[in-house]
Amino acid sequence: MAQQFYVSPEQIMKDRADFARKGIARGRSVVVISFLGGIALVAENPSPTLHKIGEIYDRIGFAAVGKYNEFESLRQAGVRYADVRGYSYDRADVSARGLASVYAQSLGTVFTAEQKPFEVELAVAEVGASQNADHIFRLTFDGSIADESGYLAMGGRAELVQQKLADSWAPGADLAQTLAWAVAALQAPRLEAANGSGQAELLGAGSLEVAILERDAHEVRGTHRAFRRLDTAAVEQILTTNGRG
Amino acid sequence: MDAAQRDALPSGVVAGATSSFLDFVTHSNPALLPFGRSLPAGELPPTPHGTTIVALCYEGGVLMAGDRRATMGSMIANRHIEKVFPADRYSVLGIAGTAGIAVDIVRLFQVELEHYEKIEGTLLSLEGKANRLGAMIRANLPMALQGLSVVPLFAGVEAGTSAGRLFSYDVTGGRYEELEHHSVGSGSVFARGALKKLWRPGLAEDDAVTVAVEALVDASDDDSATGGPDLVRKVWPVVYVVNDDGAHRVSADRLAATVADIVARRTIEGREA
Repeated sequence: MAQQFYVSPEQIMKDRADFARKGIARGRSVVVISFLGGIALVAENPSPTLHKIGEIYDRIGFAAVGKYNEFESLRQAGVRYADVRGYSYDRADVSARGLASVYAQSLGTVFTAEQKPFEVELAVAEVGASQNADHIFRLTFDGSIADESGYLAMGGRAELVQQKLADSWAPGADLAQTLAWAVAALQAPRLEAANGSGQAELLGAGSLEVAILERDAHEVRGTHRAFRRLDTAAVEQILTTNGRG
Repeated sequence: MDAAQRDALPSGVVAGATSSFLDFVTHSNPALLPFGRSLPAGELPPTPHGTTIVALCYEGGVLMAGDRRATMGSMIANRHIEKVFPADRYSVLGIAGTAGIAVDIVRLFQVELEHYEKIEGTLLSLEGKANRLGAMIRANLPMALQGLSVVPLFAGVEAGTSAGRLFSYDVTGGRYEELEHHSVGSGSVFARGALKKLWRPGLAEDDAVTVAVEALVDASDDDSATGGPDLVRKVWPVVYVVNDDGAHRVSADRLAATVADIVARRTIEGREA
């Protein structure tokens, strides 16, 4: 008869967390950052079609790192949740807080009950009427939820990127300035790795995925949907006007 | 739908394989849909009905207009109702029939298109949108047989082009592409007569707005369920134009001027019939 070994719950949870963390750390980073005109979601992502950043609802955006199939299914579930809720109540009744707590529930359940935890980290951002009404939630693989103020970084070497943002970010900056901060932060791990071993390759517009949640989309564009993806040319132009190429 | 279901991701959602909001809700929450209830036998109480919608192609796009009256039997139920709605950025729809169900079908259709766009990351083709609307009208057939019918008119341009297309429907969800212009609702016979005489190829946008408003004026002249422009309350028809730049509502000022022109001209002519 096969012998069943005893493994303590602490050990099981620790192993699962280590496993998930390892998966997430392999990927590239994503930055979510608030600025005067809205919230920018910036990812290092060379693929033009496999998005790490997506639209959930009117003023709510989504960003993720980790395993693509896992966060993509979570993104779609979020869209379904938001659309059902908005359709059965009203568009105004869909909030990032509600969505984030539903994600926390799902991630927490999967972490404890399923074969394998999700190897993902998510951000749910909701653009408010003013910069201090913006909400940025961070959700980790075990269902923990945190309310970040101003900016967050996730993915490989996230602490370094987050630190870089903490050093530069200030409220009231425009899009060009904020994008420059985000790109500099995303570049930090490369620079560090290249330190001593020659040139680091800088991040160009072509390897960035950028979307913004516009604060005044309704007034300016007459739409209730604040999410807008910026194409490579637009990103290039914004980065260049800021004095870098 | 109870609170527990609404506030969690239902099982199966995470691995859901559909890009259609209609399919998803039909599966997970059929009670949310405007149709699909089996009604008990018996007489239905009177319900508000929406009436005349006209649509026409012009040089550079397509236009749709609706009057503002809802009637309940011979009573006017509402003087401000809106029957033409943007469906998404490049299409609009107008609805005639039972107002309560029609307005919900519009809402459902709007969510359907936006949902597809968000899930797939791309817009549906114009044909695809027209087919989805047909599926919704067909789903409403049991209600239509009990007297709660909804007949839409759908118009749009394929994104990136400026060629407008029109689609009409019957209560079974049958979809028919119309050329040049079309009208649905109780005043449509009169509106269509007007459109036949006023429409011409290559209409400019301003002229197209005038033609649509004039067709509605003619419909309201002969159909008691269609409301004409209300000069006292300043209630003008709802008019949307769709071109390669998207769908836009024509402003009240522009409509007031158009109506004033038509009324002035007809006053001078002083014709009886």
